Amino acid sequence: MNIFFKINNNKLYKLLKSLYNLFKAKFSQPLIGIILPVIILLIWYFLAVTETIRNSLLPTPNEVLKEILILAHDGTLFSHIQITLTRVFYGFIGGGIAATILGILTGVSPFIRKLFDPTIQALKAVPSLAWVPLFILWFGIFENSKVALISVGVFFPVYLNLMMGIRQIDKRMIEVANINNLNLFQTIRWILLPGIIPEWITGLRSGLALGWMFVIAAELMGASEGLGYLMIDGQMTGRPALIIGALILFAIIGKLTDELIYLSAKPFLKWKESLDTMQGGANNA
Amino acid sequence: MLEISNISKIFKNNEKDVAALQKTNLLINDHEIISLVGQSGCGKSTLLRIIGGLEKASTGFIKLNNKIIKKPSSNIGMVFQDPRLMPWLNVYDNIKLSILNENKKQQKVKISKTLQKVGLENCEKLWPRELSGGMAQRVAIARALVREPKVLLLDEPFSALDSFTKTNLHQHVKELWASLKLTIIMVTHDINEATSMSDRILIVQKPGEKEDKNTQIININNPRSDLKNVKYNELIKNSIFKESSIKTL
Ligand SMILES: Nc1ncnc2c1ncn2[C@@H]1O[C@H](COP(=O)(O)OP(=O)(O)O)[C@@H](O)[C@H]1O
Ligand SMILES: [Mg+2]
Repeated sequence: MNIFFKINNNKLYKLLKSLYNLFKAKFSQPLIGIILPVIILLIWYFLAVTETIRNSLLPTPNEVLKEILILAHDGTLFSHIQITLTRVFYGFIGGGIAATILGILTGVSPFIRKLFDPTIQALKAVPSLAWVPLFILWFGIFENSKVALISVGVFFPVYLNLMMGIRQIDKRMIEVANINNLNLFQTIRWILLPGIIPEWITGLRSGLALGWMFVIAAELMGASEGLGYLMIDGQMTGRPALIIGALILFAIIGKLTDELIYLSAKPFLKWKESLDTMQGGANNA
Repeated sequence: MLEISNISKIFKNNEKDVAALQKTNLLINDHEIISLVGQSGCGKSTLLRIIGGLEKASTGFIKLNNKIIKKPSSNIGMVFQDPRLMPWLNVYDNIKLSILNENKKQQKVKISKTLQKVGLENCEKLWPRELSGGMAQRVAIARALVREPKVLLLDEPFSALDSFTKTNLHQHVKELWASLKLTIIMVTHDINEATSMSDRILIVQKPGEKEDKNTQIININNPRSDLKNVKYNELIKNSIFKESSIKTL
């Protein structure tokens, strides 16, 4: 008790404590997320350098970095990333818009739901790669078929989340609108729209994740550019460093694009956010 | 004067029709405060919802000061058992919902005035998640009052609250009733609530199985003096009130 009291009065202690609090407030979350990748990196480094796993199978982190830097240096890396991003972008926009329109229609109208939903659910059960031959036949072997495949991937999570979100809108909330004489526009603006945004965002985020999955599928099947192509190229030419490098780039860029959606959605989710911070606060206390 | 005349409500379900109300008649004076009691399923909520304009009557009409009411109007406010606040709107915007058509300045004045009335100054910025049950119900009351209604309909508004908060809100609603000269119709299952708050208790009785039977309404005019003598036994016989609330009387 005495010692604690002394330390407590110590200026150094106070400084350390305020630093610690700053650290806790600002950096703890992202830093915790970095711990696991760092551990994996260390294990990887250990396995590769000691040649526990043969170097022709598992290159060292240095070699992977070197491979990426070489590509970056001659400018090809940027164009590979750009082409992959473009494919995901168009697929995301196309699939996202189609899913949003259909999700709203089937969510709002029981008739349209009965008309469309069984078919959409059946299509959802088709394995993604099964679309490939058809899309190549329809859209050719170049960009369009790839974008179409990615759109399919994006479509389903957005559609399902949005439809369920709309169906779950509380009738009691609509009664509040009625008793206060809100017109249709006001009801949409103040009740329907904000009520479904969280589900929509959730759908968009999982849609984007599937979009990234499908872009790899599309590029693995046949492409002359893109991150997926780099992987195939690495496989053909026996360069595992290139494969691993592309894989890491996929992870980083995928995470960044997800973060982008999350950040742009944040202002609309403040009311939920406040719950998160409240719970966080309670946990910290 | 609120005039409920010959009101019936038949719900058409798939298989058979349910008569929630049959030829109900009732007169309520201005600035009365009334408790509506009765077994569950006897049509209390339905009656309130018809008065509020949320539900269409199958027969009959409702008149407020000699004008027929068919849809929700700013003259009649309603508070439900659950506060029904939009979780994505803060307290201020939740209250604003009922006066969206007024200009910003007016909204601001009215909302802060109303928040003061229900004892929630400085709570404008809070999210519904941050409110206790009692506070949330106060916000719901504020949302109804900000339109300056003549009649306030309360459908079991206190039943989800703990007894301390409940007593507190009883007092508060009574004060609002007095200062704003409201007419209040309140559904309750709590005999204390009914006796302590109201000028009149109305016991609603289910329409009978046969079609010609109507919804009966028994009047207890002066509950605080009357209840213990004549009609008290009748109430218990009808098991309208929760056992627990009877014991504490
Ligand atoms: N929307 C509805 N559809 C069908 N039946 C209903 C509906 N609302 C109420 N009812 C029926 O009407 C009767 C009266 O209900 P209600 O007014 O809620 O009773 P209380 O509020 O007195 O408990 C009940 O039998 C109930 O099942
Ligand atoms: Mg009821």
